[in-house]
Amino acid sequence: MKARVHITLKNGVLDPQGRAIAHALGTLGFGGVNDVRQGKYIEIDLDERDKAKAKQQVDQMCAKLLANTVIENYAIDLVD
Amino acid sequence: MKAAIVVFPGSNRERDAEAALTQAMGRKPIMVWHRDTELPDVDLVLVPGGFSYGDYLRCGAIAAHSPILREVKARADKGMAVIGVCNGFQIITEAGLLPGILLRNASLKFVCRNVRLKVETSQSLFTSQYEQGQVLSIPVAHHDGNYFADDRTLDELESNGQVAFRYCSPDGEFADEHNPNGSARNIAGIFNRTKNVLGLMPHPENAIEPLQGSVDGKALFASMVEALS
Repeated sequence: MKARVHITLKNGVLDPQGRAIAHALGTLGFGGVNDVRQGKYIEIDLDERDKAKAKQQVDQMCAKLLANTVIENYAIDLVD
Repeated sequence: MKAAIVVFPGSNRERDAEAALTQAMGRKPIMVWHRDTELPDVDLVLVPGGFSYGDYLRCGAIAAHSPILREVKARADKGMAVIGVCNGFQIITEAGLLPGILLRNASLKFVCRNVRLKVETSQSLFTSQYEQGQVLSIPVAHHDGNYFADDRTLDELESNGQVAFRYCSPDGEFADEHNPNGSARNIAGIFNRTKNVLGLMPHPENAIEPLQGSVDGKALFASMVEALS
């Protein structure tokens, strides 16, 4: 089973990299870009076949290492 | 005083830290490799600056979960002194020894220069040889030194006297232009609640000889030696 993890910055956390990307898009002539927030995408290949157990496992991985919950949220997608 | 320095792949200030501790203690600290699971019997652990594990995932995140850091954390919880400098500060916050996190500098630039720091308290084993309100000149060299925590945590840090150093002007004034990285409330260094752990972005180990342009870092090491000998 594969887990797809999206890690995003919480609302209110300043994202200077996202702001720089938005600025660069404007420079390239892309108008109407209101805001850019940069995050991370992580794919994990798991032995686990049981969806509930896999979800629990990846949830712990996120809380312990993959995300820093002081500033980041995470969302987990499981794919067979 | 006996001290150890924890070395990770990618650490690069461990020799500077060794020189500063040797100068202050009159003996060399023990270098501990990150794969070691046993920490020698010491009074102080220094986590040095650098780019442990190439800053993969988040600065300090991988090092924070190494076996030796678990041991450092366990001893710190029992009262052993720990100081994390620069990447070491990032590592010990990721390990949960200190609240908050160090984000990318607000300017997005790597900042490498001497900055002014105000000593917020001399009531700690790390700062007893300074005067409260004293302004120091100490170098910074980092890309991710922008201290962040939620407002409640910041209020708690302030009301508990856990702010150790703040970025300031040569006259000790606080303003955005004297803050090299956008750090919340100009914070450059903080203690844990029991004040046996200090994390700071500036490099006191690089301000110990007149040749380096400042000797303002010496008193920090002298404070630790006095408290822990």
